[in-house]
Amino acid sequence: MKPERIISFPHLGDYYIPIKFLLNKLTKLKVIESPPITKKTIELGSKYSPDFVCVPFKYNLGNFIETLENGANVLIQAGGGCRYGYYSEVQEKILKDLGYHFEFYTLVNSNRITPRSFYQTLKKIDPKISTFKMIYYSFLTILMIRYMDNIDDFIRKNIGFETKKNSFLDLKKEMLDSYTKCKGYLSLTKRYFYYKKRFKQLEINKPKDCLKVGIIGELYTSMEPFSSYFLEKELASMNIEIKRFTNVSYLLYQKSLQRRKNLRYIEKYCKYTIGADGMDNIYRAKYLIDQGYDGIIHIKPFGCTPEIGAIPIIRKVCQDGKMPIIYFSFDSQTSETGIKTRLEAFYDMLQIRKG
Amino acid sequence: MNKITIGIPKALLYYKYKDLWISFFENLGCEIIISPNTNKQILEDGIKFSMDESCLAMKIYMGHVYYLIDKCDYILVPRLKCIKKHEKLCTNFSALYDLIHNVFDKNLIHYNLDVDKKEDELYAFTTMGLSLGFSYRKIISAYKEAKEKEKLLNERRISKQKSLIASSNKIKILLAGHPYNLYDEYIGKQIERILEKSNIDIIYSDNYDQKYLETEVKQIAPHNYWTYNKEIIASIVHYQDVVDGIILVTSFPCGPDSLSNEMILRSVKIPITNLVMDEADANTGLLTRVESFIDILEERRKQK
Ligand code: SF4
Repeated sequence: MKPERIISFPHLGDYYIPIKFLLNKLTKLKVIESPPITKKTIELGSKYSPDFVCVPFKYNLGNFIETLENGANVLIQAGGGCRYGYYSEVQEKILKDLGYHFEFYTLVNSNRITPRSFYQTLKKIDPKISTFKMIYYSFLTILMIRYMDNIDDFIRKNIGFETKKNSFLDLKKEMLDSYTKCKGYLSLTKRYFYYKKRFKQLEINKPKDCLKVGIIGELYTSMEPFSSYFLEKELASMNIEIKRFTNVSYLLYQKSLQRRKNLRYIEKYCKYTIGADGMDNIYRAKYLIDQGYDGIIHIKPFGCTPEIGAIPIIRKVCQDGKMPIIYFSFDSQTSETGIKTRLEAFYDMLQIRKG
Repeated sequence: MNKITIGIPKALLYYKYKDLWISFFENLGCEIIISPNTNKQILEDGIKFSMDESCLAMKIYMGHVYYLIDKCDYILVPRLKCIKKHEKLCTNFSALYDLIHNVFDKNLIHYNLDVDKKEDELYAFTTMGLSLGFSYRKIISAYKEAKEKEKLLNERRISKQKSLIASSNKIKILLAGHPYNLYDEYIGKQIERILEKSNIDIIYSDNYDQKYLETEVKQIAPHNYWTYNKEIIASIVHYQDVVDGIILVTSFPCGPDSLSNEMILRSVKIPITNLVMDEADANTGLLTRVESFIDILEERRKQK
């Protein structure tokens, strides 16, 4: 008898929830998420990764190893982006060289995700998936992601000011749980509005002139809290309102729709796009300045080429707009205290500026 | 009317397109000034104007631009996004134009290549020529002539290398990497000098006829999509049977190479070593590494 096929995928913040939801609805395979990221994950990943590859590669590889150890034998990698697109082939090779047996699928081959490539990959994983189901649940999942992202935006604005500790995160957990039980569009939407209302009812103590900070930078470190050493949590504990642009909704459809408009907004600085989210981040810096934010935090993995190309331009934008900005570059060995100290110094500076 | 002088930084894409650029501008009757080989001053200036985490090749480029600032009317800084359908380049090449524009206060001329968006080389050169005030006719003929010259010189280099391979029975090492790494005074040339002293014949990965590129790439990395990296991979596949060993040259911390190299290192069957160069690279460490690699190759020869 053939062994049971067990499908798994790397982590990215909370997004394992909708991904798992989708795979469960579509395929007959057993779905497991990778074990939660820990120090061990990144140690394992680094051990078998090329030397100076960017750190998301190492996290993903660590996820894969841990989930293979848990019995997964069908792996999915997303792909796309700058180097992400080529993660798959290298990771597959490394894992096979390590002696693991598994099937490996990439959603985005080489350039960009198209509904077609997505469809074809899923068909390869499970030929029995019906086209109707695929369309129905894919859009449902996209909607779920959008609802999650909307609520997250709200949370970032307010979590730093909650009066009851953990009230936001507890409610979020409840919400995500409830999302996975939804049956269709109506039931999902109902749940969304229900929780939206409840989030608004949570008690906060937010001064009108609180510090407002925007987070820009590379996508993985923006979306996977472990990789930024829980930067957002740290900021919230300093009573700061946070704005972050990158989320899956943005990458899935907003990004390409906004490209022209964003480029025009920064035409003084840029004639062209840079690749990955380079140009987007230059736009965001300008936007945050124009919206009166107090500071910007730029985050990226060490050696992230597109962001390194964008930073000198971002720096210029911030100089012209007299905007304080701090840069963090994350690696597998970044010192956590180092980050904290720099962040605190930045916070003090923002406070003094604000007066 | 005074002739326009155009400065060309001798770094990065210069090493890929020098023949095309030089003869194009000469055909148009422009004066050209090319920055000298990378020297200590250029490297230091480059580091000063770069981010810490930039790759060495990029840092060197910045130094060359700075060198040219007060020596010409325009500096040529192209923007290359995509030069082959559905493929990519390192994002540094798409950032280059805007980056230089924001860091240095200097008139630039540029062209934009984005084949996926139907902006091919002819279109790009035409736009560039028009922006300099040349006539459409003149530009097209200058481009066509330059293209022919480029092809000719390239063929000449390849056949020269071919005859070297056929005639020599010294130890041969394939120096593989991006041409701007291979030929830079502070990157590849350091290695080249050691090899020459040890009486080794050097084969260069960029002297390679791309006729079977796709099938050759497939043997090692079927899904690789970086045009310049594919050229390196294909060349390695192509030459691996006729050389004794391969030295893979990388500038730290190159994005595409970090992944692409891994596939090469895991797939090549002959001795291979990857030398990752950064600005602090002390000569001594390099010397021992190269020499011990040569020792291995000599040992293998003896056993054959
Ligand atoms: S390909 Fe590598 S060496 Fe070349 S510019 Fe990009 S990061 Fe630098």
